[in-house]
Amino acid sequence: MENYIVEMLNITKEFPGIIANDDITLKLKKGEIHALLGENGAGKSTLMSVLFGLYQAEKGNIKMNGKEVKINNPNDANAMGIGMVHQHFKLVEVFTVLENIILGVEPNKMGFLQESEAKEKVIDLSERYGLKVNPDALIEDISVGMQQRVEILKMLYRDNEILIFDEPTAVLTPQEIIELLKIMKDLANEGKSILFITHKLNEIMEVSDRCTVLRKGKYIGTVDVKDTTKEELSRMMVGRDITFSVEKEATSPKDVVLSIKDMTVASKIHKNNAVKGVSFDVRAGEIVCLAGIDGNGQTEFVHALTGLEKMVKGSISLCGKDISKASIRQRSVSGMSHIPEDRHKHGLVLDYTLEENLVLQRYWQPKFQNKGFIKFDEVRNYADELIERFDIRSGQGPITLARSMSGGNQQKAIIAREIDKDHELLVAVQPTRGLDVGAIEYIHKQLVERRDAGKAVLLISLELDEVMNVSDRILVIYEGEIVGELDPKNTNVQELGLYMSGAKRTTSKEIKNEG
Amino acid sequence: MKDKKDASSKTKFDLKKITQLKGYSSFTSALMAIFLGLVFGFLVMLFANPGSAVAGFRYVVIGGLRRIGDVFYFATPILMTGLAVGFAFKMGLFNIGASGQYTMGVFFALYVSFMWDLPPGIHWVVAILAGMVGGMIWGFIPGFFKAFLNVNEVITSIMFNYIGMYLVDMLIQGNAMMYVSSTTRTRYVPMGAQIPSLGISGSNVNMGIIIGIVIAVILYIVLQKTTFGYELKATGFNKFASEYAGMQGKKNIILAMVISGGLAGLGGAFLILAPSGIAGSSMTYEPINIIAANGFNGIAVSLLGNSHPLGIIFSAVFISHIQRGGTLASLVGYKPEIIDVVIAVIIYFSAFAMIMKSSVSEFIKKKLGKKQIQVPKEAE
Repeated sequence: MENYIVEMLNITKEFPGIIANDDITLKLKKGEIHALLGENGAGKSTLMSVLFGLYQAEKGNIKMNGKEVKINNPNDANAMGIGMVHQHFKLVEVFTVLENIILGVEPNKMGFLQESEAKEKVIDLSERYGLKVNPDALIEDISVGMQQRVEILKMLYRDNEILIFDEPTAVLTPQEIIELLKIMKDLANEGKSILFITHKLNEIMEVSDRCTVLRKGKYIGTVDVKDTTKEELSRMMVGRDITFSVEKEATSPKDVVLSIKDMTVASKIHKNNAVKGVSFDVRAGEIVCLAGIDGNGQTEFVHALTGLEKMVKGSISLCGKDISKASIRQRSVSGMSHIPEDRHKHGLVLDYTLEENLVLQRYWQPKFQNKGFIKFDEVRNYADELIERFDIRSGQGPITLARSMSGGNQQKAIIAREIDKDHELLVAVQPTRGLDVGAIEYIHKQLVERRDAGKAVLLISLELDEVMNVSDRILVIYEGEIVGELDPKNTNVQELGLYMSGAKRTTSKEIKNEG
Repeated sequence: MKDKKDASSKTKFDLKKITQLKGYSSFTSALMAIFLGLVFGFLVMLFANPGSAVAGFRYVVIGGLRRIGDVFYFATPILMTGLAVGFAFKMGLFNIGASGQYTMGVFFALYVSFMWDLPPGIHWVVAILAGMVGGMIWGFIPGFFKAFLNVNEVITSIMFNYIGMYLVDMLIQGNAMMYVSSTTRTRYVPMGAQIPSLGISGSNVNMGIIIGIVIAVILYIVLQKTTFGYELKATGFNKFASEYAGMQGKKNIILAMVISGGLAGLGGAFLILAPSGIAGSSMTYEPINIIAANGFNGIAVSLLGNSHPLGIIFSAVFISHIQRGGTLASLVGYKPEIIDVVIAVIIYFSAFAMIMKSSVSEFIKKKLGKKQIQVPKEAE
C-alpha cells in the first residue's frame, strides 16, 4: 500500500446540461509532479475546483493522508495545505506584489500590519526558489509571468504542501516556461506535491512523474510518464491520432492587403512609445507571423491596427483604402476580422448567450435586423449553423451563457464568428492560448484554410512551435521595433529565440533591401 | 428565451431546475426584501406605539386597497423615475440625477401649461412632451460629460439635482403667471393642460399611469428585441467587448442618459399635470428648496424591480401602496414620520436584494443538494 497525500475517489460533479466529472479517481503521491491531462472541457478545472473547495461534488469523497475530509470552501483547502494557481489569476490589480502575497494572512501586531517582517519572508522565499519579483511593484504594472510568480509565492507563503497549477504555461513565453518547469522540479524535490493541469505534452514528458488523463468528463487512465510516449498520451486524451505538424502547401502571395507604414503607438505604462515606427505589408494568401516575447509592443500594435487605440503617427491601409483614422466598425466592414488576445475582456460578452455572442459583429446587418428589431429566428438559425460547422460544444446549445462554456469552446465561438464574417484580413492574436492539442490543430487548420482561400492572415504569437509551423513569413518584434524578417524554412528555433530576446537584429535598412 | 426555459421547467416542475433560473432568484429576493422590510417595519411601529401597532400595521399593509386610485396616481411618478434609473443601469450607468431631471420635467410642463395658449385637446399632450424634453436636457449634460470627458455620471448628476432644483424654484418664484406668493405655491394648472382623469372619485388618478405602463412595456421591447437594446446591454455587461465589436459607446452613453432623463422628466409632468378630485383644481408645485424625493424613490423602485421594466411596474405600485396605507396609519395615532421610517426600512432592505439573490437561492440549493450527498454516505 503506497502513501498518497491526496486521494479523490469516484468524484462526480454535474452542471446544468453537462456532467463535468463522471466517476473520476485521482491519487497524488507525496513529492511527485502529477500531470492532469485532458482537452478543453474535459473536466480538469472542475475536478481541481472540487479539490480546492470551490465546488461540492455530488458523489465521491476526498481523502488526505488516508483520512476522509470535507472541503467546503477555499479556506478549508488552505487550512489543509492545498494551494492553487488559477488559470486566470486572482490578484488585486491595484495592490503591490507584497500586499497580494500576504492578503488574508497579514502578519500583524494588535492590528498593525508588520510589513517589513512579511517582506523579509517573501524575499527569502523568492530567493530560495528563484522566483524573481519586486515586492513593491503594483500588479497592474508587471508582466503576466511575474504575476504568476506572485501566485506561486502566495502558496509558498502559506506553507502549502499541495500545489495545484491550472494551465500555468498557457500565458508564458518560452523562456518563462523553462524557468517555471525548473521551479516546479525544485518544489517537488523540496517535498511539495504538485498537481499540474496542462495539455502541453512536451511539458508533461519533461517534468511529470505520473499522468492522469480525462476525456469528456470521464477517467481514461493513469500512466507512468517514463513508460509512455507523447503519441500515446495524445491518443488517450483525444481518442484519435493527432498530427503535430501543420500540413500546408507552398503558397504564392498575391496583392498587398494590409500595408502599415511607420506606425508609432504610445504606451499606457511607460512614458516612451510601445510601438516605434513599425512598417510592413501582408499579402493575400500568406500567413505573416509577428513573433516576440510578451510585452514587446504586440498588444499596443494590435490595438492600433484594429482601432481600439489611436496611433501617435503612421498610416494603415487595408485593400488600398486608408483606414488610419477609421472607426472600429469601419475597419471591420472594410474587411478586417480580429480574434482578440483576451477572449474574456474583448472577445465575448460573458453574460450574453452563445447565439448573442455569435452575432456580436453582425447584429446590425440587414440579415439579422429589420428596422432596428433583431430577427431572433435568423440569429438562432445562424447560431445553429455555426455551432454545427465549427463543432462548438456547450451545455444548452445557442442559449448557453458564454460564461459557462469551456475556454476552448469560447475560443471556437470567437473564431467561428470572425471567420464567417466577410473579411480580407484575419488578425489572430494568440489564437491558441490556453487550448489543447486537438483545438490547436483545429485552429491552425482554419488559419491555413483562410490563407488558401486567398485571405491575408496576420498571426501574433508567443509560441515558438506555432510561429515555426504555421507562418509563411516571420517578423520579429522586440521593444516595439521589427528587428528581423525570417523565412521559417531557412531558420530554426534557436535563431528565432535570439531575435526575440534582442540578442540579434537586422537593421531596418537591411529588411527593406531584402523585401 | 428565458420564457421558454421557464415554461419547460414548469411543465416538469423540477424544483431544483427552477432554483437555478435567473428570474426565480430575482423574484425570491424581491419577495424576501419586502417580507423582511415589513417585519422590521412592524417592529418599528411596535416600538413607537405598542398599543396600536397591530391596527396601524393593518393600515400599512392593506389600507392602500381602499384608495386604489391614489395608489396608482402616486405610483406614476416613481414608476417613471424607477424606469429612468433602471434603464440607465442596464447600460452600467448609475443615474442618481433622476430628481433633477424630474424637477426639470415639472418646470417645463408647467411652463407650457401657463405660458403657451393651445387648444384643449393637445395642450396637455404638448405639456407632457415639454416635461420629457426638460428631463432629456438634464440627462444629456451628465451623459455628455461622461462620454467625452469621462466625468463620473454620479457626481455630475448629483450636482445637477441641486442646480435643477434651485434653478426651477427661482424661475417659478419670479413668474407671476405661475406663482402665487400668498400661498407660496403655483396656481392650478389650466383645465386644457390637465391630463384627462380616469374618473375614480376622490383621487387624482389619470391617464398618466396608463401612459407610464405603456412606456414600460415599450422599454421592455426596446431592451429585449432591438439592436439598440442589444448594444445597450452589451455595453452594460462588458464595455470592452462592445467597443471591440465597433459599437459607438459614446453615442450610446449619451442616448441612454437622454432617454433616462426623458423618462424622469415625464414623471415630473405626470405628477404636476394631474387633475385633482375637486373640480377645477389641480396639483401645485411648492418651490421650497427641497430635492424631489420621487427621484430617489426611483432608485429604490428600480432596485426592487431588479432594473427590469416590467418588474419596475410592480415595485412602483407596491411602494406607492405602502405609502398610501401608511398615511392611513395616522388614524390610529402614528405620526407621518414613522411611516416614512417604515417605508425607508423596506427600501433599505430592497438594497440588500442583490445579496439575498445569491444567498437565498444558495440556501435552497444546499438544502436540496445535501439530501443527495447524504445518500451514499449512509450507504457506506
